[in-house]
This record gives sequence, structure tokens and C-alpha cells, in this order.
Amino acid sequence: MAHPNDRVYSEEHEWVVAEGDTAIIGISHFAQDQLGEVVYVDLPSVGDEVIAGETFGEIESVKSVSELYSPVSGEIVEVNEALGDSPETVNADPHGEGWMIKVKMEDASQVDGLMSAEEYDEFVAQG
Amino acid sequence: MTDVAGLKRTALYEEHIALGARMVPFAGYEMPVHYTGIIDEHRAVRERAGIFDVSHMAEFRVFGFGAFDFLQRALSNDLGRIAGIGQAQYTLLLDEDGGIIDDLIVYHSGDLEYLIIANAANRETDFTWLSDQAPDDLELVDESDRTALIAVQGPCALDVIRELADEGWEPPVRFTLGEARLGGAVPCLVARTGYTGEDGVEIICRVADAPVVWRLLLSFPEVTPCGLGARDTLRLEMGYHLYGSDMDRKTDPISAGLGWVVSKDKGDFVGGRAVARIREEGPQRKLVHLLVDEGIPRHGYPVLHEGVEVGKVASGTFSPTLQRGIATAYVPSAMSAPGSLFEVAIRSKMSSATVVKPPFVTSTSLSGA
Repeated sequence: MAHPNDRVYSEEHEWVVAEGDTAIIGISHFAQDQLGEVVYVDLPSVGDEVIAGETFGEIESVKSVSELYSPVSGEIVEVNEALGDSPETVNADPHGEGWMIKVKMEDASQVDGLMSAEEYDEFVAQG
Repeated sequence: MTDVAGLKRTALYEEHIALGARMVPFAGYEMPVHYTGIIDEHRAVRERAGIFDVSHMAEFRVFGFGAFDFLQRALSNDLGRIAGIGQAQYTLLLDEDGGIIDDLIVYHSGDLEYLIIANAANRETDFTWLSDQAPDDLELVDESDRTALIAVQGPCALDVIRELADEGWEPPVRFTLGEARLGGAVPCLVARTGYTGEDGVEIICRVADAPVVWRLLLSFPEVTPCGLGARDTLRLEMGYHLYGSDMDRKTDPISAGLGWVVSKDKGDFVGGRAVARIREEGPQRKLVHLLVDEGIPRHGYPVLHEGVEVGKVASGTFSPTLQRGIATAYVPSAMSAPGSLFEVAIRSKMSSATVVKPPFVTSTSLSGA
């Protein structure tokens, strides 16, 4: 399991890289592996508000559909439009090219409550 | 074999674990849903060859002087059309009201003998239903626990079996059953049938021989192990029915588009009169095949016509070949013609869907395209 330690993770298996007050959000390697081949990603639009703990979109594999939960609150400033044509990028590079949204956070300290890579690995191992 | 959760395991359970399969409960068994991924496995079958452990399926052997008469009355299709030994037929087990108890393949496996392959989930129901009607002097045996079933499907499938069988062996013709000795040692029945739309065979062997056959097949680089996930996407691309999703006891064969497997002229049989009446009056609802514009339709999602809900998705998935959502649904007969437009409510979004004639995918090794 390769969860990079340059970011923090939520219990719903999203990761956040905070750059100033901008949060880049995607799903973890563990999450994409559990889902299987991603065939459809439904993301919100730039300008939409997201609220920490609430859904911001959906991700589907052949077999199942899962909701995407935002780890932070704020306004969406960028959406990874490339996932519309190449949803499989989420499997191939979940922590890089498979990012999903960028959020301008109301309060950058929100990410402090999220898990480190080490804590997340432990969380996942406990099932 | 049974694990702590009460799920049964097939003879190939250890092979699946060794291959890193993701196991899921299915029809009371712990079965592989995929090994590497559903789409990879789906493509392997369309382009090369895939093997599937379908040993969970039920096998019944019917033997005796009354075998033909008994099955001709119990099953919907005309058994007289598989008079030759080795011939196979898709057929239905109906109740008196024409409700579908199960869909089956029946093989004329020998003199006075038939082999039935049934859905795993219906094993007890089917066996009890058949036993209740069987004459006393007929041998009706549930051989499921000592029989393994491995499907080998794809454009390269027959070449693989030719390599494994004795020198000069030729496959049985389409929809018939033959014999083969694989790897110079293992006696198998080889049926030229399948559920993928590709050419290939289903190998019926003893449980003890299944791991050897599985490994022999996997020794070919063109062979990919495939799980039930790919089996489902492959069959739905062909518009093949799945019991429990596309039909059940509350569904009749005419509505389900299976009128072609219910004889019109073989005389009296269970469910025959009820089906004849529905055929004559016309069914109220029909199973249609829908090509969906956006998103992935799934079982139970509402199907709307001009904003009014008229049905629900029966089977739905993402078609790896077409790269879009495909589905089946029961809708009022008047709206069932190819070209009819519907919307599928994919959670919060409405997606347009068009009725098409099955199969969804036409260029496979079976279609000759």
C-alpha cells in the first residue's frame, strides 16, 4: 500500500493536499483498489460550494457506485475535466493525475483534523 | 466445502485465492468477481480466451425409459428437436401459470439420458419441482456436488482445447456435447455452449480433476482467468437473460422475449396453456434492451416515458465494448419497439435511453464478423 506522506486523508478515503488556502482533493490508492476499474466520475462545477463531510460527486466502477465526500468546506475553483474522458486515470494515478477537485477553503485549518499517511494506513489495516 | 459464513466453495477455491481473486458471496458460494479487473477480463474474452469457474451451477442427471416423456412434459422447449445424442437445447422450467422457475440447458447426454445445467440459486427449487413430477422408475440425480464446470470462451478458446486434447480431436459442433481427454489424462465432457457471445466450450469434469484442468488451461499465455463480473458484462452485451434480474417466477416467457424456447406444437406440458394464452392475447409488458446515453443504469433504477415512470431496470451495467451504459427493462408492450425513447433515473439525473434490438454487441467470434 503506497499512501504518500505529503498529504492528509479522510475516513471516507479522500486525500487532501493543501497549498495555502487551496485544497486539492482526490481518492486514495486504497479506495481505487477497492472500487476496481473506474468507468465514470461525476464531479460538480466550478463555483459550487462543498461542505466538509457531505458529498461532492459520485464515482462508479463496473460493479458499484460510491459517493465522494468532501473533507473540507469551501468553493470549487477547479475540476479535473480530464476524468470525464479518462476515468481510468483514477486507478492508474490516484494521488497524481487522478485528482478530482480544487477547493478554496473557508478555513485552511480544517485539514488539521485529517489523518497522516501513517494514521491512514493503520485505519485501513483495521478494516 | 463450507466456510464459517456458511458459504460453499468450489473445487477451484484455492486456485482463485492463489490468483489474487476478489471473492464475493454469490448464490450461496464464495465466488471470484474478478482477478485483475472486470474490463481487462471482459476484453480478454472478446479478443483471446477467458476461463470461468462456474462450478457453482447445478447439474442434474435424468436417466431411464421415461426420461424423454418426463422432460418433454416438465420443460418448455420441444425435446424432440434434440433427438440426436449429444445435442443441447436452451429451455425453461415453468409453473402452471407460465411463471419462469428457471432457465436451463438440457443436453441429450446418452441413450435414455439427459444432463441438465441449472442456476445455482435455483438448485433446490428445481430439483424438488422436478422430483415431485418424476415417475418412480426414473433416475433423477443431483450431481452438482461432484461436478465441476469450467467455461472456456473467446476466439482462441477452441485452439486451446485442441492443443490440450488428444491428437486429431475436433470440437463438437455448436450446441452439442462431446468428450475429450485433456492433458493426456483427464476425461471430460466438452459442450460447445457458453454465455458470453464468443465461441468456446464448457468443460464438465469431476470435482477432483478441476484444479488440473484449470491449471492446464492457464498454462496458455492467451488464457485469462475471469470472474463473475466479466461474465455479467459479456452476457448483457449479448442480451442474454439472467435469472433473478431479467426473469423470475412472476415473469412469463412471452414478456421476457423467450417465446422461442416455448414449444407451440409439442402437446401438453407444464405451463404450456398459460403461455399459449399470453402469446395469443399479447403480453402487457415486454423486456426491452436499452442503450443509455450517460451514466450507468443499475438493477431497480426507474425507467420513465415522457416523465412518467413505466418500469424499472432489470439488468444494467457498463458495456466495456461500447463504453456506455446498457440495460434491460420491462415496459408496456406498446412502447417496446426499437427506437422508442425512455429516460433512466440514474439517482438524481435523467439519462436518455433508446430501445435497440439485441445483441448490443454484434461483432464476436460467434457472429462470424
